[in-house]
Amino acid sequence: MTDATFLVSFAGPLVTFQDAGRTGHMRYGVSASGPMDRLAFDAAHAALGNLHGQTAIEISLGGLALTCSSGAVSFAVTGGDFVIEHRGRKHGSWTVLTAEAGDRITIRGGTSGSWAYLAFAGSVGCTEWLGSAATHAASGFGGGAVQSGQTLRVANASVREERSGAVPRPSFVTDGPVRVVTGPQDQHFAQDALEKFLTERFAVTDAYDRMGMRLRGPELPLAGALSIPSEPIVRGSVQVSGDGVPTVLLADHQTTGGYPKIATAIASDTDRLVQFRSGQTLRFAALSGAQAIETVRGYLAQKTAYLAQIAVPRGTLGQRLMRENLNHGWVLD
Amino acid sequence: MEPWFKPIADHALLVCFSDTHSAESHAMVVALDRAIAETPPFGMIETVPALVNLLVSFDVNVTDHDSVEYHLRALLKDVHPGEIEGQVRRLQVCYESPFAPDLQAVANAAGLSHEAVIAAHLAGQYDVLMYGFSLGYAYLSGIPEEIRIPRKPTPVRDVPAGSVIIAGPQCLVTTLTMPTGWSIIGRSPTRILTGDPERPFLFDVGDRVTFERIDLATFESAQKEADHD
Repeated sequence: MTDATFLVSFAGPLVTFQDAGRTGHMRYGVSASGPMDRLAFDAAHAALGNLHGQTAIEISLGGLALTCSSGAVSFAVTGGDFVIEHRGRKHGSWTVLTAEAGDRITIRGGTSGSWAYLAFAGSVGCTEWLGSAATHAASGFGGGAVQSGQTLRVANASVREERSGAVPRPSFVTDGPVRVVTGPQDQHFAQDALEKFLTERFAVTDAYDRMGMRLRGPELPLAGALSIPSEPIVRGSVQVSGDGVPTVLLADHQTTGGYPKIATAIASDTDRLVQFRSGQTLRFAALSGAQAIETVRGYLAQKTAYLAQIAVPRGTLGQRLMRENLNHGWVLD
Repeated sequence: MEPWFKPIADHALLVCFSDTHSAESHAMVVALDRAIAETPPFGMIETVPALVNLLVSFDVNVTDHDSVEYHLRALLKDVHPGEIEGQVRRLQVCYESPFAPDLQAVANAAGLSHEAVIAAHLAGQYDVLMYGFSLGYAYLSGIPEEIRIPRKPTPVRDVPAGSVIIAGPQCLVTTLTMPTGWSIIGRSPTRILTGDPERPFLFDVGDRVTFERIDLATFESAQKEADHD
């Protein structure tokens, strides 16, 4: 197998290298980083038959344009509804295509979604920090931001024709309220704050990046001008600043902080939440700790089954046509 | 101290010892953290020690809040604060211009001379309380009373890595170029992000820190050495 190389002609802000994340260093101020939408990231690799957690490129609404300068390689794009232009054709995200030398690929935001993942059938080279390519965007530690003018090198690049075509989207993801476990500082809020938090709608604001997503909605008043001793933060923590405004902390969150947290979103629902865009609205719903565990275990079982399903090669073009024909009950002449 | 436990979403448990920060609550956090390191609950991923509480994150597929709590309650029976002494870490610091742009303002606010501020800073007994804010940012307690001043109303941008900054009772040595509202009183050539894969961060929570004064020439040679590593 040989390498494939790409020249990046344009990379928007917050287009970064990400692997599955740098777990285990939170005690040193290091959040795991990794993909904002872990389901879409995993799907991109599964659809290509890659190992779990390889490095991919996370693409923001800023978009990415690149040209294959040598070699050939299959690639997957998953996450949101992004638009891919390739060889003069437009494709939606959730697809596997192949790039050859001279092909120009552009990937930009479409009708919905905030993050897409570009994974290659091979391993894309980038710097690592503490053994991980996950990029902490504010510092650039890890693989770092993809830059206009940069050359990407995909080692052991392969063309996986048998995997080409649309990737089924995950159908098991609910679109109901974002589920949370309340606390740990729910007692620091005025009486009606928790009720407002769980019944009214909140809108995503422009203040949204890999660290967190600020929301707009009813004020969530604190009971007195309280500051708490700084304490641990996780992905999904909903902290409320002194002016009663909630922010959901995400992949590049601070590891400790002194704003009270009214609730924490469960793991399955942060993957869905990150795909919201500024202006979209959402509600929160409370689960007990035990319900949260049951819900997320169910979600992870469905996710595992889904990834296994899309990891099965769809076969050669002939096999795919045959199956389509059988599925649809008609036969080509 | 009787702890209480809070479930954090589906994947972590928070063990709380107090609502307000004290040396006692932090000592319990450190003691429990070390006990967990010796005997981690099944399915644990990592712990995050803070001022009054400790987060224990876990793999939701193999354990749950109740099982982790049960394990920690058993450990807590034998956890006593203050039994384990932290390591002592030495940090060099240069208080000379241009590394100490706020030394004069601190001296003015404290009603002390430059030298008295430096002497007070060097005399502090510092403990690593927790990490936070950003990668490798370790909050040290122990700024002596006479040089405790509030943070500035507006943060200053692009404060270089290695800056020794103080606010209230806390001191911190920055690891990245970042904005800060704390007062910048010196620069350390000692790397907190060590670059050593075996020990990537200089401090553990619970360690003690002492500062050692160096002049500009020593700073420059130490800086060169660190850059070569």
